[in-house]
Amino acid sequence: MPENEPFEKQPDSLEDRHATDWPLWEIFIRSQNGLAHKHAGSLHAPDAEMALKNARDVYTRRNEGVSIWVVRSSDITASSPGEKEILFEPANNKVYRYPGFYPVPDEVKNL
Amino acid sequence: MTPEEREFQQKIDAGIKVEPKDWMPEAYRKTLIRQISQHAHSEIVGQLPEGNWITRAPTLKRKAILLAKVQDEAGHGLYLYGAAETLGIRRDQMIEDLLAGKAKYSSVFNYPTLTWADMGAIGWLVDGAAIINQIPLCRCSYGPYARGMIRICKEENFHQRQGFDIMFTLTRGTPEQKAMAQDALNRWWWPAVMMHGPSDAESKHSAQSLQWKIKLFSNDELRQKFIDQIAPQAEYLGLTIPDPELKWNPERGHYDFGAIDWDEFHNVIRGNGPCNRDRLRTRKEAHEAGAWVREGAAAYARKRAIREAA
Repeated sequence: MPENEPFEKQPDSLEDRHATDWPLWEIFIRSQNGLAHKHAGSLHAPDAEMALKNARDVYTRRNEGVSIWVVRSSDITASSPGEKEILFEPANNKVYRYPGFYPVPDEVKNL
Repeated sequence: MTPEEREFQQKIDAGIKVEPKDWMPEAYRKTLIRQISQHAHSEIVGQLPEGNWITRAPTLKRKAILLAKVQDEAGHGLYLYGAAETLGIRRDQMIEDLLAGKAKYSSVFNYPTLTWADMGAIGWLVDGAAIINQIPLCRCSYGPYARGMIRICKEENFHQRQGFDIMFTLTRGTPEQKAMAQDALNRWWWPAVMMHGPSDAESKHSAQSLQWKIKLFSNDELRQKFIDQIAPQAEYLGLTIPDPELKWNPERGHYDFGAIDWDEFHNVIRGNGPCNRDRLRTRKEAHEAGAWVREGAAAYARKRAIREAA
């Protein structure tokens, strides 16, 4: 089977057409230079170029952005809520990572 | 309640938002899918009554404004379909349900837009009622829905202002124009008042939805708020709200208002409003007429992917 076979298949019935739903893209917008891109939402588009065009129409109609990233949702690897304890619990008992953990004598300034 | 359900409710009571991959009761998921998809459908179908006037707007400025508003509504539909999708339903499924007549949308969009003044009345009253429903939803318990609502509310304010601006202009115009504004208010008042849904005593989903914080105020509270806001605005415009019992009640600190004809409401929901069939037919035709665009875009994407893979 050639590698590009799935792309070659033409949707010929209505069912097939539904089976080729446009992929979902996550949209990230930089609202102004100096700030990071922030997740704005998602949309469907057949390819990255259309995702960008749609993102511009859907998420930046009122000057919300100066730059757009589109990322295929299926390309994002996310942690799951079930892993919350394994991932984030260890940070809870490391109070020494905060400056407030260390007593500073009143006489000492600028520390 | 199972231990999981109890933990879920505690989280909600503590004001912690629910995010897509978190555990949630099936009924919470189902209720949200129903509510968000109906909301999305309302945005999409809500474009149709106004679409009727884009080509007939009285000036180029009004036309540009109306186009921008209708484009916003398409965007709002997309945000909401997107939020519903995070709950595990496909957008195509929701659209199929709408086109098959299986899904509900706000019954207010089943009334016809007979004159230009209806564009004013819709913005002022229908969007005004929608904003009152939507502002609390910015704080609802489901994260993606709340985030979508924040975007929507920001944009919706323009919709109501431009509607009021149309009404204001007409009421300051010729006697015919003022009569047109009054006629539009006469026809849109009660459908707008019904937008907050059945009265609390009758509303099936209210109690559980309040507990889950996917509803923060009861239908009757929202309706009262709407009437309290609109009544003085109508007075300013010099228009008469078509309710002889509407009167300020200083003891309650609210306007009293007349009985709502819920038979009409249920009748329109059941599909017997003046435009139910027309709205769905128009939507279906637009969807089918756009098939070649979707197929063309998909074919182009396939071709490019093959070329890039080669």
